[in-house]
Amino acid sequence: MNDIIEKLKQANLTGRGGAGFPTGLKWESVVRADGDQKYVICNASEGEPNVFKDGFILENYAQDVIDGMVLAMETINATEAYLYLNPNYFEKYENKLKQLIGEKPIKLFKKPHYYIAGEETVICNLIEGKKMEPRQRPPFISTSGLFGCPTLMNNVETFYYASKINKGEYKNTRFYSVNGDVKNPGVYELPETATINEVLKQTDNLPEFEFFAQVGGGAVGEILLGNEMDKPAKGAASITVYNKQTADPFAIMENWADFFLNGNCDKCAPCREGIYRIKEIIKQREIKQNELELLFETLEKASFCALGRGAAAPFRGIINKVLNV
Amino acid sequence: MAEIKIKINGQEFSAEPNETILQVARRNSIDIPTLCEHSDLDPKASCRLCLVAIEGRKGLFTACSTVIEPGMEITTESEEISRLRKKNLELLFSQHIERCNFCVRSFNCQFLKLAKKYDVDLKKYEDRKLGYPRYRFGPSICFDTSKCIDCRNCVEMCEKQAVGFFDLESHNSFIEVIPSKNPQRDCVYCGQCALHCPTGALTEIDSVMDVEAALEDKNKKVVFQIAPSIRTTLGEEFEMPYGTNVTGKIFAALRKIGAYKAFDVSVAADVTTMEEAGELIERLTQKKILPMFTSCCPAWVKYVEFYAPEFIPNLTTVRSPQTILGGLSKTYFAEKDKIDPKSIVVVSIMPCTAKKYEITRREFDVDGLPPIDYVLTTRELARLFKKRQIDFVNIESEAGDVPWDEPTGAGVIYGASGGVTESAMRTAVYKLSGGQKLKQLEFKNLRGMQQAKEALIDLGDIKLRVAVVNGLGNAKQLLDTIKADPTRYDYVEVMACYGGCIGGGGQPLPTTKEIRHLRAQGLYNIDEVKNERVADESPIIEKLYKEFLTNEEIRHKICHTHYSQKQKENNF
Repeated sequence: MNDIIEKLKQANLTGRGGAGFPTGLKWESVVRADGDQKYVICNASEGEPNVFKDGFILENYAQDVIDGMVLAMETINATEAYLYLNPNYFEKYENKLKQLIGEKPIKLFKKPHYYIAGEETVICNLIEGKKMEPRQRPPFISTSGLFGCPTLMNNVETFYYASKINKGEYKNTRFYSVNGDVKNPGVYELPETATINEVLKQTDNLPEFEFFAQVGGGAVGEILLGNEMDKPAKGAASITVYNKQTADPFAIMENWADFFLNGNCDKCAPCREGIYRIKEIIKQREIKQNELELLFETLEKASFCALGRGAAAPFRGIINKVLNV
Repeated sequence: MAEIKIKINGQEFSAEPNETILQVARRNSIDIPTLCEHSDLDPKASCRLCLVAIEGRKGLFTACSTVIEPGMEITTESEEISRLRKKNLELLFSQHIERCNFCVRSFNCQFLKLAKKYDVDLKKYEDRKLGYPRYRFGPSICFDTSKCIDCRNCVEMCEKQAVGFFDLESHNSFIEVIPSKNPQRDCVYCGQCALHCPTGALTEIDSVMDVEAALEDKNKKVVFQIAPSIRTTLGEEFEMPYGTNVTGKIFAALRKIGAYKAFDVSVAADVTTMEEAGELIERLTQKKILPMFTSCCPAWVKYVEFYAPEFIPNLTTVRSPQTILGGLSKTYFAEKDKIDPKSIVVVSIMPCTAKKYEITRREFDVDGLPPIDYVLTTRELARLFKKRQIDFVNIESEAGDVPWDEPTGAGVIYGASGGVTESAMRTAVYKLSGGQKLKQLEFKNLRGMQQAKEALIDLGDIKLRVAVVNGLGNAKQLLDTIKADPTRYDYVEVMACYGGCIGGGGQPLPTTKEIRHLRAQGLYNIDEVKNERVADESPIIEKLYKEFLTNEEIRHKICHTHYSQKQKENNF
């Protein structure tokens, strides 16, 4: 059974939810964790703006995702699994998924609309009926996750590719969400080594105007200028193109701030209050650089979870690179 | 257990495995700022003030939630850490509207102290919570949501109390703490939310100004009466060591601010003991409903009336000590002193916020008058003394006023969990043995800070099965046990707050497990040196029963009551 772990390692598959943790290592750590009861969770939260590739996979390749989950359950010896879906996908695919699942011990769980509800420890809390808050780590969910049991959680795309690897059909590709000021928005499956430029070129989306892009998530993704696209897309591999002439950086930042404000759990002060204050400053359409930098630093260094720690980077990117402050 | 060596700020310390950085630092007097941390609660690491650096590790870590490892080298202060703490405090203050002048915490505010330490500009940002509502939970608790910093300590504490009166609700992009709209949930006024609130968003409803007005009123005679537990807690408000007995200083200070009389509720605790022991013996010998539950904790009584009304017949009909003493002051004492009971204003100094609720029960009225007019918590009394510039630490001790001046040791230990039971058992043993001097007075297995205690007490023919719990969550578990096994216990003492009244919702801040232990120890020390340690031995009690509580009717009027199922009282 454990040769799938070898295969995952050989294929160098990494998590496609955004964090990019090596999948083989993750599965192995749950196999090795002590516990009679273990769980598999497929994370179909896909809660960030401009990322929509998991929806595409559920629309077109749901069977492979289920196969990947079953494979994981067999591998780690789990008796139960959850498919954790954002409200949109739950409405859309509930019936289809239930049919595909049949008698298998896989339950569907509907995510609340908050972005933070896609964080792995929050998911465990919510399935357990607890508060929508992240947990302190360690312990990591691989040793103590859902109901305190070892838990394997991967993204939709990761399970899809695990199934492909098992069948010998993996060709080192990944799914890219492309949108913004482009001609052909959509989801594309291309080599994972492709540079952002190549993805845009091959999908006939490379702009002729001066542009910048947010890559790796429509909120936490990195801001890159046209001349910085010669590297692969990271994170959730989304590419959102903005026309530099027409884009309104302040409006973009306000959207991010609103997204984080609505999507966070409000547990810790830096994220809850810091993002609110960033929004209040941005609304004035004036960059108070010293004050913002202190807020960014507090978010990055003092927040409880990755949401807050990662929230400052795009603001800093657009302020430094696009507004040239 | 193997010791671990760690370094904090370059200095080596020994520690136990599984200790947090904060625990080791605190034990060694290294100051790390905290707001949301409390030893009664799981570390939440949400205020983010206790950030420290660990050598060789990227980023900063919260000291409250990080468990030490061998060889760990920790830095608790640096320019970076100070900068982050300052900004974080500015953010926290941006959601806390400063009403310092009218705040119960104003003389002892941890939050404000941190602002001073880190040079925080309180007005750095506009107040986010301007116009946020203020809720009143009965006559006991004020929840000013415009002072709440969303640490959610109250939510967790209230859940631990099996009350769950706080909900989280989404409102304009923020998830906020609000009183529960669930019809099955109501506040029982224990005040543990206030005791665990770091910012004064949750406090007692302040009666200091009412009491000051009564003191000014020439037509009123203000009679103060002090609860058993506050004599070893009030000193903390004046930086005195934990557990210091300040009974005499309190009496002196009360006279100084204009008290007509300063009485001791512990005397009435002796009455409660007499009545309760009598009722217990009656229930036991006449095979009436058992187990009998104590009723001197008003939060527990409200809990039973609202959450477990099927157990109302189990509650003793005996009134709480404060109610009995107020009733006695407006009858027996007024007559002796030849004053109009209507001119008496009884002010009860209690460790408790639920006592403010208890005095609103009209079934306690004696000849049309409420036994108590106002309740001040320990914290409110401290504030009153500070407002009146009483030099509490140096004031000469004085005795209380006759006739309610000298309690037995049994009446004093009421303030600690197990104390009511121990007092009742001393009297029960005394009564059943025909008034013999007891050889063994101390029931040590009823003492201590454990949250659930059990004992089998030998009363000669009767072997009494006793349970003592503190904390309403533990009380709920006990009720579940009794439901499953109704004949398991004969006598049950419940105090809503951890450690009993010495950990009450109106006690000084901070209140932690260690502090509760020292406060209780202070009470047991007082008991140990008393000449009379059984209620029956008290000359005051003897005289009272001879002169006044002479028949069933008057005893019922002053000392007994009834209970009824409660509907939700706090709807917002």
